Amino acid sequence: MFSFIARRTAAGLGTLLLSSVLVFLAVQALPGDVATQVLGKDATPDAVSALRGQLGLDQPAWERYVDWIRGALHGDFGTSLVSAKPVGGEVAMYLGNSALIALITVLFAVTGSIVLGVIAGLYRDRWPDHVISTAGLVGMSIPEFVVATVLVLCFSVALPWFPAVVLYGPEASVGQLLPAVWLPALALAIVMAAYIVRMARTSVIDVMASEYVTTARLKGLSTWRVVTRHALPSALLPTLHVIALNVAWLAGGVAVVENVFNYPGIGKLMLSSVQNRDLPVIQAIALISAVVYVACNLAADLGAMALNPRLRTRGRTR
Amino acid sequence: MTTLDTPPLTVVAPGRAARAWRTLRSSRTALVGLAIVAVHVVIALLAPLLTSYDPIANDASHALLGPSWSHWAGTDQYGRDVLARVLYGGRYALGVSVTATVLTVGLGTVLGCAAALRGGWFDDVLGRVLDAVLSVPAILTLLVVVTALGTGPLVIVLAIAVVYVPQVVRVVRGAALAVVPADYVTAARARGEGTWAILRREILPNITDVVCVEFAMRASWVVLLISSLSFLGFGADPPTPDWGLMVAENRTAITVVPMASLAPIIALATLVVGLNLAADGLSKAWGVDRLREGS
Repeated sequence: MFSFIARRTAAGLGTLLLSSVLVFLAVQALPGDVATQVLGKDATPDAVSALRGQLGLDQPAWERYVDWIRGALHGDFGTSLVSAKPVGGEVAMYLGNSALIALITVLFAVTGSIVLGVIAGLYRDRWPDHVISTAGLVGMSIPEFVVATVLVLCFSVALPWFPAVVLYGPEASVGQLLPAVWLPALALAIVMAAYIVRMARTSVIDVMASEYVTTARLKGLSTWRVVTRHALPSALLPTLHVIALNVAWLAGGVAVVENVFNYPGIGKLMLSSVQNRDLPVIQAIALISAVVYVACNLAADLGAMALNPRLRTRGRTR
Repeated sequence: MTTLDTPPLTVVAPGRAARAWRTLRSSRTALVGLAIVAVHVVIALLAPLLTSYDPIANDASHALLGPSWSHWAGTDQYGRDVLARVLYGGRYALGVSVTATVLTVGLGTVLGCAAALRGGWFDDVLGRVLDAVLSVPAILTLLVVVTALGTGPLVIVLAIAVVYVPQVVRVVRGAALAVVPADYVTAARARGEGTWAILRREILPNITDVVCVEFAMRASWVVLLISSLSFLGFGADPPTPDWGLMVAENRTAITVVPMASLAPIIALATLVVGLNLAADGLSKAWGVDRLREGS
């Protein structure tokens, strides 16, 4: 078991190293001179060469890569070309705001889709299943910005319960942002749940058809106990994996939805830094997303192991 | 699957195609989905015949009108006919999406088959590189590529290929791995056939169903991604009629002219529902596990 964990961790670190190289190459290999692009076409040659020196562009690429990685390991991602502040602190601030949305999204999406998936699986091919499956198909078929727009129309315009846009900057406290978090999280959760419901439904159907569930029923266990004891854990297992795989998607979805609500999160920072060609910020965001992605996949692997009855019961003597 | 003794493919191919067509006809879901997509294609092609309005002509005196006999879906803030823009909008969405999906699925299929067939270090290295690409959010990769190379349709097609090829490779590699140990592949290898010939004649015909389902599913994702990109202002350039762009343009006036936002939303949603239904129906009819493909 420990060798399994060690092997997965090593593979994750390898992926991470490779993606850091890819990110660095992709950003550095952007056509055109970075200094010229940042300063604009009318910049004087002196200013361009000064910025090149400041950015370290006169050094060979591999040296810059090593410097960048060494800094990143110590939490130093360089200085933003736009705000002239340290990138690490800036990204962390925006990331914290987005984490609030992501956390609520995952909570909504997981509870909602597991409940709906179990219902759909138990009432297979009857009306609750048809309703849930159709709703899931529609949820999969509309982009996040549409869900967000419709939610704004319903819960900000028609019923003024939640703010339609956030008026605070990135320094806003959790208390200030909290009223604005629900609609973006709901929009993302709806799209995300649409995918997870299918997964949960299929695994519930598989489990309910299995022999040990038949045995449990013959033993006289109530449906409720069969569902909580057998159907739910097996529906959780693939769900974990879908969530981990969706982390990269979540970052993209967050970018779109945050744009709709003007929410000061990582997605907004991503868009503005791409527009301003703020390369250190882009690199930092990409690297941090890669770390989160790899960590979530690792966690899903380990979680799947923990939930797998064969591995879980190994320690017990019963 | 290892003991699957399929007769030589030259004999099987026509039978397979006929059988695939029969099962396809029996699946109502797939037919409904394909019909919806077909309607979208026809509308996009015949757009100039269906409306007499120019989708990019401004008319300030008729701005922000509600639905009427002369403008069925009203007009937007520049006085452009919303219906005309929706009808023409399918051209950009379908044109870019289909090209991008063909390139992505084609490239992914070749790479996935090659990885399954060659195995060894090629498979390992490819897997690692693709994993690394997957770990960066798709939208960030897209944004970087688009800002670097400009927002032309060709650039978007290439960027989408970069983003989605890794996932296609995973799916196709998994399907091809089930075919590779088959006796006829071993026989073809023993005959001394090259990788490319084995790939084309032995592997591909046996994973056509997986590739078709992957195509339909991937197309739905590509349409969504392209519309998101347009919505963010990195896709179609104004005044191109595009659904994502239309939602972005008319979102602020949604209380005044709701149809200007709703019409492109409905068009976009029906197209993707059609693609999803096709993918669902095909995977059920051909016994391809779509859930496994979702990953």
